[in-house]
Amino acid sequence: MLINLPDKTGHFGEFGGRYVPETLILPLDQLTEAYIKYKEDTEFKQELEYYLEHYAGRPTPLYFAKRLTEYFGGPKIYLKREDLCHTGAHKINNVIGQLLLAKRMGKKRIIAETGAGQHGVATATGCALFGLECIVYMGEVDVARQALNVFRMQLLGAKVVSVKSGSKTLKDAINETLRDWMANPNDTFYCLGSCVGPHPYPMMVRDFQSVIGREAKGQHFDFEGKEPDYLVACVGGGSNSIGLFYPFLNDPEVEIIGVEAEGAASLCKGSVGVLHGSKTYVLQTKTGQIKDTHSISAGLDYSAVGPEHSYLKDIGRVQYVTANDKDALWGFNILSQTEGIIPALESSHAIAYLKKLTKNLNKNQSVIVCLSGRGDKDIDEARKYV
Amino acid sequence: MSRIAQAFSKRKVLIPFIAAGDPSLKITEKLVYEMEKAGADIIELGIPFSDPLADGPIIQAAHLRALMNNISLRDVFALVLKVRKRTSIPLVFMLSDNLIEKYGAKKFYDDCLRFGVDGVIVPDLPPEEQGKMLKIREKEKTKIDEIFLVAPTSSDERIRMISEASSGFIYLISATGITGKRAKLSDQIKEIVSRIRKHTKKPIAVGFGISNPDQAAEAAQYADGVIVGSAIVELIAKKQFAKVSKFVSSLRKAIDAR
Repeated sequence: MLINLPDKTGHFGEFGGRYVPETLILPLDQLTEAYIKYKEDTEFKQELEYYLEHYAGRPTPLYFAKRLTEYFGGPKIYLKREDLCHTGAHKINNVIGQLLLAKRMGKKRIIAETGAGQHGVATATGCALFGLECIVYMGEVDVARQALNVFRMQLLGAKVVSVKSGSKTLKDAINETLRDWMANPNDTFYCLGSCVGPHPYPMMVRDFQSVIGREAKGQHFDFEGKEPDYLVACVGGGSNSIGLFYPFLNDPEVEIIGVEAEGAASLCKGSVGVLHGSKTYVLQTKTGQIKDTHSISAGLDYSAVGPEHSYLKDIGRVQYVTANDKDALWGFNILSQTEGIIPALESSHAIAYLKKLTKNLNKNQSVIVCLSGRGDKDIDEARKYV
Repeated sequence: MSRIAQAFSKRKVLIPFIAAGDPSLKITEKLVYEMEKAGADIIELGIPFSDPLADGPIIQAAHLRALMNNISLRDVFALVLKVRKRTSIPLVFMLSDNLIEKYGAKKFYDDCLRFGVDGVIVPDLPPEEQGKMLKIREKEKTKIDEIFLVAPTSSDERIRMISEASSGFIYLISATGITGKRAKLSDQIKEIVSRIRKHTKKPIAVGFGISNPDQAAEAAQYADGVIVGSAIVELIAKKQFAKVSKFVSSLRKAIDAR
């Protein structure tokens, strides 16, 4: 039943939709039409598969984390190694999909938003690969604290625009990218980095990312001969998590947990609102102003969340919990030391939650954790706390 | 006939936009009276929001200045109550949907009616997402005009649907992009206005990028009304409040002298 969402107008129950200025309806209609056409197109699917395999490095391993499992002394822990994707995170899965679509739509100017720079780097990478013009909007605050990623994007040939409006972070970068698109609706393709924004983005990004869950499902079955008992993933906008969760939503025996950053927990601490073209849970004041967020992990530092997550929360299919900065740093350390894998601070939130989760589980059970990215980018941040 | 319809029945309509509470509610109130005197027919009040998607830097900054004073929707309703003791000029709220969501759609329309707001423009709420609110409005039989926007990218099919859903007037976005001053008026206005007129007899007002008397006069040749925002807000940003009524009066003269 869940598999069929969103409906034709992009709604997941009351969530999602298209809360955008009229100017954007036409490009969104064109994008939806193109996506629906090409997602079933054999040649498109083959090309996507080709680049995912030969360029991005898929399938990524599902790795049995033996020492981490022993450390907790409970269920078997499997890590879905999205950190091994090219550019170091799951973001590339979606970027390749969207850019192949942009090429078919004849759009040569690509715009994207980025927070810490992960999606910006992935988009710049994809644009270099396919020979497309790339403009990345990034909040002024993030430009200052992520200088290395700014340089990486420039090295890849992208133009990075520093956004000076509002709180000068990710939410403002998304506003500015949408504004650019409003000014250039005909020749420009907006390559959005998460399962947020107006329809068709939440659906399309989910579909491109669900390669994570499809692979994990088969890989886990090969190991265990059954479905996993739990899935755990971090949730900012929610693209790595929806990618892992989606292929399991109709398996009622699989329990699913999304971990939000405590300082940016739209689902756990927000209320229903409208931001960036979508009705969803939003962190806002009593009078409806969007709140600024704080998380040690820039990738989770976002005031809203993908509308499908809002729906999954309300129907009770997915349980959403929080982990704070300290928990995340603990997760960062424990995985580094037990497995020799330095996780991204985003993914570290999911690792940290295992401490609570594994207490009540036994050795015959298994958990898949989405290791959405690698932690090299976070070394400087983590060093401040050592 | 609603107050907005009455305004359009008399002459080419001039609609200045200011952000409520920028830089204070007191000045907003004063500007409403002065702009009416200078020849405004309808006043558009922007309700401050942290993330006004359709706005350019000038109006974004106005929102932020108002938010520094913590101006909320409730405060603006209180302002309307005050203004209504002195004038019956039609007032139209321009606000992001999140503010209505948080306030409660039913309460919002009740309060519009109660305090004397004549119309509502929600730029990030196309008619398709209006379901719940339309139901509330029908049930309450309110007389609040719901003004929808047509863009240069709107198909004929959408123009038909938007014209049908819209009441009071139809807001034509003059060019693709966000609010702000533009050096040249879009040459698409004439064509889109005639496309809209094929579907409706409702009045059409043009906004986005109309920033001087010449442009206002030119836009008024084709449309029934002209909306001017950023050029006025820029004067407010420079604290040149006295110049606002002079500027509005120059727009009026240019439109009338067409």
